[in-house]
Amino acid sequence: MTARPTIGVLALQGDVAEHLHVLDRLDVHAVKVLGPDHLDTVDALVLPGGESTTMSKLALRYGLMEPLRKRVAAGMPAYGTCAGMIMLADHLLGGTADQETVGGIDMTVRRNAFGRQTESFEAAVDIEGVGAEPFDAVFIRAPWVESVGPEVRVLGSVPGPDEAGRIVAVRQGGLMATSFHPELTGDARIHRLFVDIVKGQA
Amino acid sequence: MATNASNPTDNAVGTQRVKRGMAEQLKNGVIMDVVNAEQAKIAEDAGAVAVMALERVPADIRKDGGVARMSDPDMIDGIVEAVSIPVMAKVRIGHFVEAQVLESLGVDFIDESEVLTPADEAYHIDKWAFTVPFVCGATNIGEALRRIAEGAAMIRSKGEAGTGNVVEATRHMRSIRSEIKRLGTLDEPELFGAAKELRAPYEIVKEVAALGKLPVPLFSAGGVATPADAALMRQLGAESVFVGSGIFKSGDPARRADAIVQATLHYEDPAVIARVSRGLGEAMVGINLDDLADSERYAGRGW
Repeated sequence: MTARPTIGVLALQGDVAEHLHVLDRLDVHAVKVLGPDHLDTVDALVLPGGESTTMSKLALRYGLMEPLRKRVAAGMPAYGTCAGMIMLADHLLGGTADQETVGGIDMTVRRNAFGRQTESFEAAVDIEGVGAEPFDAVFIRAPWVESVGPEVRVLGSVPGPDEAGRIVAVRQGGLMATSFHPELTGDARIHRLFVDIVKGQA
Repeated sequence: MATNASNPTDNAVGTQRVKRGMAEQLKNGVIMDVVNAEQAKIAEDAGAVAVMALERVPADIRKDGGVARMSDPDMIDGIVEAVSIPVMAKVRIGHFVEAQVLESLGVDFIDESEVLTPADEAYHIDKWAFTVPFVCGATNIGEALRRIAEGAAMIRSKGEAGTGNVVEATRHMRSIRSEIKRLGTLDEPELFGAAKELRAPYEIVKEVAALGKLPVPLFSAGGVATPADAALMRQLGAESVFVGSGIFKSGDPARRADAIVQATLHYEDPAVIARVSRGLGEAMVGINLDDLADSERYAGRGW
């Protein structure tokens, strides 16, 4: 891996600029990925927050879904937030009938699990691997991880509406996903962990 | 494994970050006006990031006249049921009870909209009092900042809704953009003066001057009818585009919706805009602004 990797942000829809802004602070070359040709130029990819059904539709329409699957299967590191977490899930609950995912992480994700916007919330969450200070996490119509396979490491969870612990941060090899949006808070610790993964240092 | 299960009371709903964060998720997309479940499905299938549920599109409000109000809750429920993307709905300016009703229905965003007949001639809604986020229209930076001070989590240009004529939206986007640039050139005493002149809180004026942008997403609305209109708004600085009458008042709504989504995404690529603009069928007819009496102009509603 080069000393200054190129990290793409999938720019089909959503809070792309916020991810680019955080990545720009971390000594990487951050670029937008709009089509398959852009995807070829990046060492790793961030899948942003947004509307997962729209993102999935546009990925299929622009011929990005298969190239994304190939790159992820070939070991490209990727980090998904919220809609991006859904995109990286092998199994999806609560999606639309035609909704496809890129997959890669052996987990079942439930879309909009925490409810609609009036139930969106922020909470302090302990995240393994980014220091002792809890992470100030913003959840927007957020998904949670319903179950994970044996290769998946759970990095954090919060109580759901029924008080049961719900998984909101996971890692499987070079793939990471969070239900919440570190790009919205200015706390770069999770992005830094991802950059370390990309550089082969974590 | 780390867990916060011992401390469930930490969760805070309806915070500024949660509201503005929702607005951020809708960026780089198209929000479409729909009047029934069938249209909502067409919008969702075309790749809309959200739908705006309302009883009549602005072009019909114009045609029918009378008082335009919040939609029937049954109709909003029907649309919430029909799609899985976020649902927005409109309330009259200052009508906080309509907003309470929409919040109780569980809509994801409220548009305090000049397209409906204003309910209060002095005050907009206190949007901080709600859990649900609000978007408000603006024609210039002063209006935008006053709405943000009242708690709006998103600003959109007013444009002139229901005309199929993008000229007013262009004027508003250009005005907001150039006034943001101007604020960036001012020193401290001048910023105090600007706050007074804009009738907006100094803290927000100062924040905009430092950021070089609004502290909330800036979208565009009002008169967008073609893929090129949508791309024009993006190139003028809109982070997403609302399309009202433009889609379902046209000859082939599904195709036009799809084309506008593509042009909004590839707004810097004329070849894509050209491709999606081919053979779209009839656009909505449109109205010349010179033909509208002042009383028929919605952009002047709100202050």
